[in-house]
Amino acid sequence: MVGRRILIAKPGLDGHDRGAKIVARALRDAGFEVIYSGLRQTPEQVAAAAVQEDVQAVGLSILSGAHNALLPEITKLLADQGADDILVFAGGIIPDQDIESLKQAGIDAVFLPGTHTQDIVAYLNERLG
Amino acid sequence: MAIQDPPRQAETAKKRQAERESFFKDEALEILSQAREGWEDSVEKAFEKRPPWKSDFTTVSSMDVPHLVTADQVADLDPVQDIGVPGEFPYTRGIHPSGYRGRSWTMRQFAGFGTAADSNRRFKYLLEHGQTGLSVAFHLPTLYGYDSDHEMSKGEVGKCGVAIDTLADMEVLFADIPLGEVTTSMTINSTAPILLAMYLAVAERQGVDIRSQVSGTLQNDILKEYIAQKEYIFPPRPSMRLITDQFAFASEHVPRWNTISISGYHIREAGSTALQELAFTLRDGVEYVQYGIEAGLEVDEFAPRLSFFFNSHNDFFEEIAKFRAARKIWATVMRERFGAKSPRSWMCRFHTQTAGCSLTAQQPYNNVVRTTVQALAAVLGGTQSLHTNALDETLALPTEENARIALRTQQILAHESGVINTIDPLGGSYFVEEMTRRMVDGAFDYFRQIDELGGMVEAIEAGFPQREIMDAAFRFQRAFESGEKKMVGVNDFVLEDEEPVETLYISDDLADQQIAFLNRTKDERDAAAVERTLDALRRGASKEENTMPLILDCVREYCSVGEISDALRDVYGTYEEPAVF
Repeated sequence: MVGRRILIAKPGLDGHDRGAKIVARALRDAGFEVIYSGLRQTPEQVAAAAVQEDVQAVGLSILSGAHNALLPEITKLLADQGADDILVFAGGIIPDQDIESLKQAGIDAVFLPGTHTQDIVAYLNERLG
Repeated sequence: MAIQDPPRQAETAKKRQAERESFFKDEALEILSQAREGWEDSVEKAFEKRPPWKSDFTTVSSMDVPHLVTADQVADLDPVQDIGVPGEFPYTRGIHPSGYRGRSWTMRQFAGFGTAADSNRRFKYLLEHGQTGLSVAFHLPTLYGYDSDHEMSKGEVGKCGVAIDTLADMEVLFADIPLGEVTTSMTINSTAPILLAMYLAVAERQGVDIRSQVSGTLQNDILKEYIAQKEYIFPPRPSMRLITDQFAFASEHVPRWNTISISGYHIREAGSTALQELAFTLRDGVEYVQYGIEAGLEVDEFAPRLSFFFNSHNDFFEEIAKFRAARKIWATVMRERFGAKSPRSWMCRFHTQTAGCSLTAQQPYNNVVRTTVQALAAVLGGTQSLHTNALDETLALPTEENARIALRTQQILAHESGVINTIDPLGGSYFVEEMTRRMVDGAFDYFRQIDELGGMVEAIEAGFPQREIMDAAFRFQRAFESGEKKMVGVNDFVLEDEEPVETLYISDDLADQQIAFLNRTKDERDAAAVERTLDALRRGASKEENTMPLILDCVREYCSVGEISDALRDVYGTYEEPAVF
């Protein structure tokens, strides 16, 4: 349990941080060490923070519709920096038809509205071992 | 400042208290309170036999709800001073003497996506189907003062609203829509003065007389951006100055324009309770009035143009109580705290939108029912205008068909349900009056806490409302996950295999189109005039000069939203909130 670090980041321009903050709190309560990026992060900022903070996973919250442009960019930047072992998952308003291509781009899981935070905790426990 | 000093305030309150009347005779109340005791015994016995079927009987905001309210519990409410009649202070029962008979609420559906041409088509579609006012959704880059070709705009162009870079887009957006006849609401905050300037420039070009014919509303509520929606650019104090500049400009040149729509909607969507929404929104209103007065404006000159914007969530009576309380609180505050003399300054006029955060991606057709209940609460609460959400709003921007069903929901309420025939039909309900009172008292408690922090700007700087809202959001999430609060179709009554509904899909190709149009506009404009007007704005913004006429000069020369925002960034800097959760 100890030492598991997660970055919760908000790429894109939307200011809807309710979900990101709720997930951040729930993960903290579940024993993770959580770093929250704050709003309006570029893909470069998110990737740099993930590497610098040496996290095991990055959770990306996005509700603006810019996921196709920004999320694959983040996984690409992580790979470029040799950090493709970092687990990347996402949540927000993401149309079903975009989920497959996001997964192909290295987004391991996409959580949609109505998700229980405990399901995210369980997912991370399983994936991070 | 025109604030009543405390001794005088206390004296007025004492005088009023002495003159208070009751609806009820003491003898009758005595008999009633005995009957009430009898009822309490019966309930206790009933619960001994069979306990309540669930443990939680609170509102969606976790507010306690009395099992029964009897007349003796509300006997201290004064029939005139607390409740009164519509159109009279304190407006608990409504601001218009004629209610919805004089005029129904305005059906104003928030719309905007893609390019200006796409949104112009949607506007015309809605107007053709009986919508009575326009409401513009701008895409995120416009809200943040970036052009469509900015690095930060990648993936965002036309997604959450319509892409507006320059006056050229705005001309297309309102093509063939007579701005002298339709009223328009624009959801825009940090960049509000730019979009107002563009709107006025389009109206000018249509040959409309701005003074007598142009009417509409800007959201322009920057305080709630720091509190909840987070679409800020500049720090709070220069942002407040841009707003008071608009108050001053509009009261002189566009007297029918509502310069601000002080918004609880986003506060609620961020997870606040109904009471927090009410209290923070009205306290934001107090702050704007305070700043306006400090900027040298006469309260009765600008206060009548302040309007409000609330959320209507699932808990029917809690919402109705909130709307009624809002009117009473605002009237009281404006008269007693600020000494406003014009009844128009006392009236809390508001727009309502049903709660986006209450809708579910699961079994989305159920959202039509939720929206109906919420819309009915808004109407029974006496809203001036209403947006009803479309059923697919948790999935995407609405399709044309779903946008039409949302509008039809309002039309059914207005034309079939009969609820418009009488004013404030729930007024005098013991329960609704008691809930209204709790809302009023709770809001004044928050006012005191915020006053103690030095005001709303200071409270925001200290993170007070942000923390209150976040805690409430987290409490709700826990209640939802434990099953204590049910969401039909999500944590109960779930369908395993759901057919997906068709949604509106906005292609990423649109950005290229928009950027090409922006480049063409830039090629065709007078480059020297662009430089000149932007320089003048930088100079004026760093002095005391009103920025509105300078921004108007910029937009007329086709300076872009990004360029004008950058000029202001040069002077005011930008704001970043600490990333806490």
